[in-house]
Amino acid sequence: MQYIKNIKQSFKLKNNINYFVLIALLAVLIIADQFGLLGRSLTGLIIKMGYSAILAVSLNLVVGFLGELSLGHAGFMCAGAYIGCFFANYMYGVIDNKILVLVLAMIVGGLVATVLGFIVGLPALRLKGDYLAIVTLAFGEIIRNIFNNTSSETFGGAMGMSTKKFEGTTLFIITLITLTIVLFLCQSLIRSKHGRAITAIRDNEIAAKSMGINVTYYKLFVFALAACFAGVAGVLYGHSLSTVRQDAFTYNYSIEILVMVVLGGIGSMRGSIISASLIVYINALLQNNLSGDMAEIKQAVYAIILIIVVIFNNAPALKKVKDKLSVSNPAKKNKNPETIHDDEVDWRRVPTKIPMDEVLTANLPNNDEAESDTAEKGDK
Amino acid sequence: MSTIISVLINGLSLGAIYALIALGYTMVYGIAKMLNFAHGDIIMVGSYTIFITVMNLNIGGPVLTLVAAILFSVIVCTVFGVTIEKIAYKPLRGASPLAVLITAIGVSYFLQGSSQLLFGARALPITMPNLGNIDIGAAKVSVGTVVTLVVGIILMVALTVFIKNTRTGKAMVAVSEDKGAAQLMGINVNKIIMITFAIGSALAAFAALFYLFGIPAVNPTLGSMPGIKAFAAAVIGGIGSIPGAMLGGILMGLIESICKSIPALSSYTLAIEFGILILILLIRPIGLLGKKRRVKV
Amino acid sequence: MAEYLLETKNLGISFGGLKALDDINLKIKKNQLYGLVGPNGAGKTTVFNLLTGVYKPTTGTFYLDGKELTGKTQEKINHEGIARTFQNIRLFNNMSVIRNVMVGLHNQPEFKCTPFASMLRLPKHFDTEIRCREKAKEILRIFDLYEERNNLACNLPYGKQRKLEIARALATNPKLLLLDEPAAGMNPNETEDLMRIVRRIRDEFDMTILLIEHDLKFVSGLCDELTVLNFGTTLAEGTAEEALNDPEVIKAYIGG
Repeated sequence: MQYIKNIKQSFKLKNNINYFVLIALLAVLIIADQFGLLGRSLTGLIIKMGYSAILAVSLNLVVGFLGELSLGHAGFMCAGAYIGCFFANYMYGVIDNKILVLVLAMIVGGLVATVLGFIVGLPALRLKGDYLAIVTLAFGEIIRNIFNNTSSETFGGAMGMSTKKFEGTTLFIITLITLTIVLFLCQSLIRSKHGRAITAIRDNEIAAKSMGINVTYYKLFVFALAACFAGVAGVLYGHSLSTVRQDAFTYNYSIEILVMVVLGGIGSMRGSIISASLIVYINALLQNNLSGDMAEIKQAVYAIILIIVVIFNNAPALKKVKDKLSVSNPAKKNKNPETIHDDEVDWRRVPTKIPMDEVLTANLPNNDEAESDTAEKGDK
Repeated sequence: MSTIISVLINGLSLGAIYALIALGYTMVYGIAKMLNFAHGDIIMVGSYTIFITVMNLNIGGPVLTLVAAILFSVIVCTVFGVTIEKIAYKPLRGASPLAVLITAIGVSYFLQGSSQLLFGARALPITMPNLGNIDIGAAKVSVGTVVTLVVGIILMVALTVFIKNTRTGKAMVAVSEDKGAAQLMGINVNKIIMITFAIGSALAAFAALFYLFGIPAVNPTLGSMPGIKAFAAAVIGGIGSIPGAMLGGILMGLIESICKSIPALSSYTLAIEFGILILILLIRPIGLLGKKRRVKV
Repeated sequence: MAEYLLETKNLGISFGGLKALDDINLKIKKNQLYGLVGPNGAGKTTVFNLLTGVYKPTTGTFYLDGKELTGKTQEKINHEGIARTFQNIRLFNNMSVIRNVMVGLHNQPEFKCTPFASMLRLPKHFDTEIRCREKAKEILRIFDLYEERNNLACNLPYGKQRKLEIARALATNPKLLLLDEPAAGMNPNETEDLMRIVRRIRDEFDMTILLIEHDLKFVSGLCDELTVLNFGTTLAEGTAEEALNDPEVIKAYIGG
């Protein structure tokens, strides 16, 4: 009985609005699909938005909440796509149900990526900042390089591996459902005591350790979990095309995912989803509308938008202008901070103020041999 | 024996290229505390400048052409480097490093996109002035390789002397140690950062020329792979450390050259290079010559 | 039950040949308020860093409640029952006050819940969350921080940040509480208030407290026993009266 009471107490509409929006969207899309309103290109776009959002949300776990910079997310996606689709290619001969095979493939791809994520998480215990960034990047490139050198019978090598393209519109439904599930799992984790521990590690690792929080466990857990979701996204990606090629997963793609996370607001799940969809949409728009000679302008335009947005959002000199224009400025909303009511977790407000200096500068864990220059650090 | 010598010399000269690029990364990191992801694309800008010069300029002899090319390339790269710093990075001074990183990525996209717009996405072959081959021991090595090695070493020595002995060099060291304190001592930090970008870009221009000796073709994404490998080299050496960048670059070049010479390993070169990077960092988390920083408890 | 709650034997550490601490023998009884004093650079915080596993001692051992903890990790030592505060405050600045305390409660057995249960939002997850929050509120009331519970930790005034740090350490349910200069930077009123709270913790939670302090008045008014450190060695120990009147100690403080 106590349980039910507690659940009732904890449930607040505003914390679950993301799911309602997603489910409503899904319902609308399914109905539209029934009436044949969705063209092939539109469903393709939705699938792309879906798996990009999964990638962004999972990378946000690492960058936004654990506070470690990872540039190897595309590598996990690569492994998931290859292994998952390889498995699916085999299973189509065994099981008749296409959807069941896809779900199984997602599980397999996810698990393989989890293992890789765990391995990449190990250096994260020792390295920080730029050093960790280059190591994750290196891991991603290694994974890609290995798949590039496989034979044509297994993973197809440089030519890529052919996959069964999922015909019809079922794939976009599955993608959106998967996105909803991933979002649910990530947000539940972040809003729990474990999320608290993870953000505590980000805010102050030394203090977190002194609180008895098992930093090793949580770092590995977050890396493995994020990798798992990236692997799942990879399987979805593989099924939306007819070939999987390793050169789709260069570090540039990892960076693109990072851009989605940063533009959406580090530490904001909803922001990740919105910005991932928006970036995919803008890319598609530029691609479709700028034909011929103008097609080449696409990347430059995209780059200028990116630079302007980042400078506008972050330049210290522009802060005043921004505060004036911003609708969601917290200082405006809550004139008196004493009255903020957030017994229930309001995660939108908290983590965007991440101390990014600590994410990007190399503060080393002090577990190696001590050196003489630190002797005076005992006191003062 | 002759193959060993040529592998070593090729490795060293490739290493010199990586070292020159890595110096750009490491100096900017040390002084502006940012990862300049667009640094690789400065090489691309340099390559296109060389491409235009070599293809259009007809002055007597290959040597003169090359000198003209490198001159133009250095000027263009320096202007680009400084302009990028002014427009894209300077407004963000004091903002979170991640924002600066993303802007750098944006700049990188922009440079690639614009060169694609101007020159097309396809690789354009370039006929480099032929310098011939020379014999070293039993091995036949192209003069370009030797020039790369020699000029690379001269540049590195010059840079070291510059930093150790000039006022500007010392000011750079001071800014990299403590920006705030340097400012209080009357050092113009903005100017020093600008000079750093200028030097880094000029070195990248040289790297561009040497890179074209090996692979005589230009394309919009030419800079990204050598850029990322040089970044890895800078990290191996300990990012922020100038001798570290040189050591890391040379090491990276040697590894690549050795791997490429062994047929069984050649297609795994990238994986081996990055694997060694990871190994080194796991053993020495601050890179080979990096300075240890500690968190005070 | 060991005679002393905390016992260190010849504890020492050197950094690259330089002895920062040498031969420290602390004996702290249960429920004692024990002070660690000494001039700047005497090695007081280093003692804390050794006792909490931030540094590994190069010589000697230490025992909590008869159990050896030398060389254990920080997490493990916290599980065994030593919690600390920091000289330069280390709160989780981007979290609200109550969440800071809830992080402290993380490892309490009554709030156990696996990540998977949380991710799937099983009933257990909600149950532990609610109980954990109630417990955190309870702790905050003791420290008069209840009203500020929803503010970000970094927005608290300095004195309250110090109190919050103690509250958070207390939430890990330690046997021994290490306070690193709790009164540093506080005004006389806040110091007074803090002394009251420290005593109250000792009495209400039956806690043993080891504290570092510069301010001799604060220490002598609060601590049962003292150890005076200077240049990494023990200068004097005993009751506050004895230790502070020791000629060596006076010499170290006044110079001469």
